[in-house]
Amino acid sequence: MGGRFLPCTRRARRYLHGMGAETVNTAAQMLEYRPEGLFCPAGEFFIDPVRPVPRALITHGHADHARAGHGAVLATAQTLDIMAIRYGADFAGAQQAADGPVRLGDVTARFVPAGHVLGSAQVVIDGPGGRAVVSGDYTRTPSPACAPFEPVPCDLFVTEATFGLPVFRHPDPGAEIARLLASVAAFPERAHLVGAYALGKAQRVIMLLRAAGWDGPIYLHGALERLCAYHIAQGVALGDLRPATVARGRKGDFAGAIILAPPSAFAATWAQRFPDPVIAFASGWMQIRARARQRGVELPLVISDHVDWPQLTATIAELDPAETWITHGREDALLRWCALTGRAARPLNLVGYEDEAE
Amino acid sequence: MRAFARLLENLAFAPRRTAKTQHLLRHFATQPDPARGLALAALTGDLELRAVRPTLLRALVAERTDEVLFAASYDHVGDLAETIALIWPGPEHGADASLPDLVAELQAASRAELPGIVARRLDSLGTSERYAYLKLATGGLRVGVSGRLARAAVADYGGLDLAEVEEIWHGLSPPYTALFAWAEGAAKPASAARAPFRPVMLSTPTDPDALRALPPAEFAAEWKWDGIRVQAVADGGVRRLYSRTGEDISAAFPDVIAALGFDGVLDAELLIRRGAAVAPFGDLQKRLGRKGVGARMLESHPAALRAYDLMLWQGRDLRAQPFAARRAALEFAVAAIDHPRIDLSPLLPFGNWDDLAALRADPPHPVIEGVMIKPRASPYLAGRIKGHWFKWKRDPMVVDAVLMYAQRGHGKRSGYYSDFTFGLWDGDALVPVGKAYFGFTDAELRALDRFVRANTIERFGPVRAVRPDKVIEVAFEGLNRSTRHKSGVAMRFPRIARIRDDKPPEQADRLETLLEMLPE
Repeated sequence: MGGRFLPCTRRARRYLHGMGAETVNTAAQMLEYRPEGLFCPAGEFFIDPVRPVPRALITHGHADHARAGHGAVLATAQTLDIMAIRYGADFAGAQQAADGPVRLGDVTARFVPAGHVLGSAQVVIDGPGGRAVVSGDYTRTPSPACAPFEPVPCDLFVTEATFGLPVFRHPDPGAEIARLLASVAAFPERAHLVGAYALGKAQRVIMLLRAAGWDGPIYLHGALERLCAYHIAQGVALGDLRPATVARGRKGDFAGAIILAPPSAFAATWAQRFPDPVIAFASGWMQIRARARQRGVELPLVISDHVDWPQLTATIAELDPAETWITHGREDALLRWCALTGRAARPLNLVGYEDEAE
Repeated sequence: MRAFARLLENLAFAPRRTAKTQHLLRHFATQPDPARGLALAALTGDLELRAVRPTLLRALVAERTDEVLFAASYDHVGDLAETIALIWPGPEHGADASLPDLVAELQAASRAELPGIVARRLDSLGTSERYAYLKLATGGLRVGVSGRLARAAVADYGGLDLAEVEEIWHGLSPPYTALFAWAEGAAKPASAARAPFRPVMLSTPTDPDALRALPPAEFAAEWKWDGIRVQAVADGGVRRLYSRTGEDISAAFPDVIAALGFDGVLDAELLIRRGAAVAPFGDLQKRLGRKGVGARMLESHPAALRAYDLMLWQGRDLRAQPFAARRAALEFAVAAIDHPRIDLSPLLPFGNWDDLAALRADPPHPVIEGVMIKPRASPYLAGRIKGHWFKWKRDPMVVDAVLMYAQRGHGKRSGYYSDFTFGLWDGDALVPVGKAYFGFTDAELRALDRFVRANTIERFGPVRAVRPDKVIEVAFEGLNRSTRHKSGVAMRFPRIARIRDDKPPEQADRLETLLEMLPE
């Protein structure tokens, strides 16, 4: 690992000129929106910036939140590992693993589990104006692959709203996996290709399959291998995983098999090797039929690593912040809900967070 | 209800006929009577319920959700029943209710009771069942299953002959207990209904080489009319018009029904005919698929029958008799019926196959798509039996078109770009004129797939636009005017006949060439 996250370089101070000079009286003044992303002037850092910045706090390793090329990065050790796997060890000028509260300028930041993917965290910022929590992406559905979301009461809560419509009520993921297994039993001559993103969703699907009693091999597209290996190294048991290669194989070899791949692989020649595959996709978006049909999905599996509408609204009610900011997603509906329940809220319309990539 | 909800889900997402059939088979095998029969009736559109209207549903949901949140949700989801199923403040896993109970309740409900009944059910059912219930109650399942596919699945399930199932279908009613009993080994149900459908005799394609081996004197020939094959039945005062797959299309053709003043079964072509002039297929299409038809349409698009066989006449079944005898009876019957909307398909005079080839090459009317050749000795046999009736279609129309867009296929074609949109030149621009997804060999598919991947210039979701470099020969059976297509025409049965790697794209056909092929 490179140098320390602190202190802020002189060059960085020039870059952040003028910010944080005024007195901070409320939590809402602890954060502001800039083109690069959410910025904390009192601590002179960005959270999940979409462009290279001198100092970044990263909530989790998904590519739209964790980008390469920052001057210094502070994140959980696992998020740093994941960024190194994705971008190479020198993805930032300096890296520091968050371990307890870190003093940054006039504020203290600490990382608290968000329950989204391995290493994911909320950033809790305590400062003169009170407490702000930037939740990153999160879910309240427990996942065996990572630590559960820890609610932290706060004055300012910054939330995502990826599934911020009352139609999004994610079903029990165990029941969704049961549907996959029922299809495997019903079509033993067909391969089952399950679309799942490499970080989080793939491991989640594997662990759900294991929990449902599927002990056989699970085949992986090459793009999923390194992150699965990292999960295993972190003590997450995934069972018998094998590469879905056919250098030696014939089409029939994958009859009745479960193969995980990033959804983009379904459009690639890679998919041509499987016998009459059933195309499945594990995503919260699969709750909407039109979405599933547009993507040519035959077996939609509603498995999400984001909060659904009941969880989202329950979390805001539980934390009961003085103000709620909405980073990205379907903010209009959540704003309406906040208005109906008498809560102050504001949309940030952050650009660059991909709500498709769930 | 859970099983029915699961069935609808599976059918809605199954991309192909075979997969849909498998889901249906499993449902029939695992569900008891009368639930499976009611599911079948819901799919074939034979379930008579008091229809729940969208306005009723909107009113119910407005009492329970914020209107702004509902509007935003509906906008995102795009389907009313689906939005309501998801947003309704009911449980994820609810109490189950049996499909027969739900159907009986909806059948018995008065208009005033309906809102309360629907709301109570939505309150207690789980998410997936709410969706299925709403689809059932509103009457639009829209899962891509035709009545014929559903009946074929029943036949498959019991190892029954589909023709026999179709023959008795119109005498059966939900929940089809006797039909399923037959499928499981009991006796075939007796057809009690008047004017049932009887399976039709189908033809196989032929060509000059195959004909050369046959003695022309033993065959009769007729024009092959470009309408739709129908069966007109009049039985003890009950009159019906069936498509050749046994769909009852009587409601769309009251003018034909009115002409069925006899007792018998005619095998005929349904055409639009103004006086003696037969209209192109496009005119007939305007009258197909309707639940009813207005006076103006009846006047502007009058339907008629052109009869070519007689299956039953005044209680006598003629099907075992040879064609020649049936033909004589038919000529007698058409004369006896003596109705201006029913005429006879004339026999063609020919001494040898060359004579017939000459007739085929120069038909007197554009609404002729070839000739039919029938052995004078053949009985009337159900189904597509080789060696009896032959169709010798006119050569397909062809154009050389340029490949414009490609979309990924499903199932066995997963990962291949197998659905192709092609266009013709109009000035300097290509105008899309049709879509084809078959006609090519596996090797040609691989070559087209490689071409698409190497020549993509733009992506729209699952669709790729490709460089206009590939010329394909598209064969099709006919051409209609269409306001829904940019080109103004729609091809019938287009397929890729050949890949023309020998032809540079600028030498592909122009739109004018296609427009000149239009009838009239």
